[in-house]
Amino acid sequence: MKSEWAKSDAGDMAEIVVDNLTKVWNSAPAVDGISFTCASGEFTVLLGPSGCGKSTTLRLIAGLEQPTAGTVAIGGRDVTRRSPAERGIAMVFQSYALFPHLSVAENILFGLKVRGVPRAERDERLKRAAQTLGLTHLLDRKPAALSGGQRQRVALGRAIVADAAVCLMDEPLSNLDAQLRQEMRAEIRSLQRRLGMTMIYVTHDQVEAMTMSDRVVLMRDGRIEQQGTPAELYDRPASGFAARFLGTPPMNLLPWAVGAGLVPGALANGTGGSIGVRPERLRLGPPGPGLTATVAAIEYLGADTLLTLDAAGVKLIARTDGHERHRVGETVGVSCAAGDLHFFDAASGRRVEANGNGCNRPEQGGEA
Amino acid sequence: MSRLRTSIHASLLLLPAVVLLAAFTHVPAVRTFIGALYTTPRGKRPAVFVGLDNYRQLLDDPVFWQAMANNVWYAALTIPLSVVLALVMALAVDARLPGRAALRMAYFTPTVLPMIAVANIWLFFYTPGYGLLDQVLGLFGLPETNWLGSRDSALYAVIAVAVWKEAGFFMIFYLAALQTIPHDLREAAAIEGASRFTFFRRVTLPLLMPTTLFVLVNAVIGAFRLVDHIVVMTRGGPDNATALLLYYIYEIGFRFWDSAYAATLTTVLLAILAVLAAVQFLFLERRIHYR
Repeated sequence: MKSEWAKSDAGDMAEIVVDNLTKVWNSAPAVDGISFTCASGEFTVLLGPSGCGKSTTLRLIAGLEQPTAGTVAIGGRDVTRRSPAERGIAMVFQSYALFPHLSVAENILFGLKVRGVPRAERDERLKRAAQTLGLTHLLDRKPAALSGGQRQRVALGRAIVADAAVCLMDEPLSNLDAQLRQEMRAEIRSLQRRLGMTMIYVTHDQVEAMTMSDRVVLMRDGRIEQQGTPAELYDRPASGFAARFLGTPPMNLLPWAVGAGLVPGALANGTGGSIGVRPERLRLGPPGPGLTATVAAIEYLGADTLLTLDAAGVKLIARTDGHERHRVGETVGVSCAAGDLHFFDAASGRRVEANGNGCNRPEQGGEA
Repeated sequence: MSRLRTSIHASLLLLPAVVLLAAFTHVPAVRTFIGALYTTPRGKRPAVFVGLDNYRQLLDDPVFWQAMANNVWYAALTIPLSVVLALVMALAVDARLPGRAALRMAYFTPTVLPMIAVANIWLFFYTPGYGLLDQVLGLFGLPETNWLGSRDSALYAVIAVAVWKEAGFFMIFYLAALQTIPHDLREAAAIEGASRFTFFRRVTLPLLMPTTLFVLVNAVIGAFRLVDHIVVMTRGGPDNATALLLYYIYEIGFRFWDSAYAATLTTVLLAILAVLAAVQFLFLERRIHYR
């Protein structure tokens, strides 16, 4: 077989190790010394706002850009100076990058033909990929005659037919409508599991990150803000940025004075930092000794209702049950459990661990 | 009522363009076809209907056949040479290299120059003895050549001028087309392990086919239409070695004032162009992917 790298036994052969990777464009670092490991068969999402360097990171891993410093290793092999083709990867582009003049079948088979895979095996692999993705009846069509979702599938087909152990995806769902996006999320995830591919997936959509990934690498300004499982990032955000980026609606970040009112008496008077609390952790009741706020706006979503509250000029959002009835202008008391509070340093925005039972005021500027 | 007014308005608005087109394009074309069936009116002798006599004369005219042969040879060389050169130049200046704007301008300059000026420049290049070409060749000890004065080289000399003039023009179309090819196609192919040549053959070239058809049609028309440099450089000589069809028509029509025979030749030229255009569309159209 000519494509000696193509067959993965899905062992540890496809671990991706990114070490101190740096890319500088005209003296401005786009990727600034990032390191992370994506274990074989794992689904890692590179998440971040636009311009955070996540796409550049993916392109560095693919070999489409050369790093200024640092290394990329795939399957224990340093591939930093290797061409994209030598890295044993497949890639799905945001635009799908389908060849407009070739039929679906030819698009999927492009790489196999280039690599001189024998015809019989090519046909066999095409058949398998087409069945997996439900493309069998579309094989003779040109990309222009396909819907967005079908084009997406062809791009996926091109990636899986290569039998590469590593698959890189650059915002593959951003051109699809919401309904389709949800379907494809599940489909890509199950495909990745079934084929045992090591996947690195770039997105700015935190829902995709939360729902699809084994691990999330959250990036900001070319650096890694936090990495871990989706639950780790959601439950213990490492910074105010991470806290606001994951979760819809985002975590409430409140000035100390306002946040302290959520758990009356538990927090000493403090000056530094902000207090974060997830909207679903807020409890509403009659106005009491704690924080009082007026209901400024109500968004009824069916299963739950989002209330925008105004506490003396500070906005916070609470998620309540769909059947709970409130009126705009109503005054309510807002509270939460002490354990649901997150503390962030004022200067750096980094997480500050609460002492003891988690409800004392953290040391000023402590371990940030 | 108002519909009538609308259509009157519309007709009036169309009228100037229709009049100009008809007066200077359609009526002369039709009169050419008709004129080819009559003799040339001279003095008090009016034109007489002679049917296909003019065409019979044409078949027996050695200069016509010489001009046809010249033109076929001229087209057969200028078209592929200028199109391939245009593609190569476009690929060169499409690449990321320093000073590519200057290079693009250099390639395009011949197109901007009037053909008369180009012909005069090349006239100097070809001048025996002290012309640029002979001076350069002289450095290698090669003898003087009368490029435009020799039957063997004159046609090639004017072909070179036409290629030089046309290639830059076609390059612009190729360059524009190349820039519409998304960059991620190249990256997708690179990940699949396609070499640059494979990418060019399997992706770039097919995606350039609509442009190629357009350029080819233009090149074919150009090969039969562009004779300015013949007028300046050789006047069809020596011994009709560079007489192209259109130049021959010009000579017959406006130097010998044989308008009937000129009309006959023109009809033949139009027929050739029509057939060539039809062939190109029918054969190439099927193989072209339009986005």
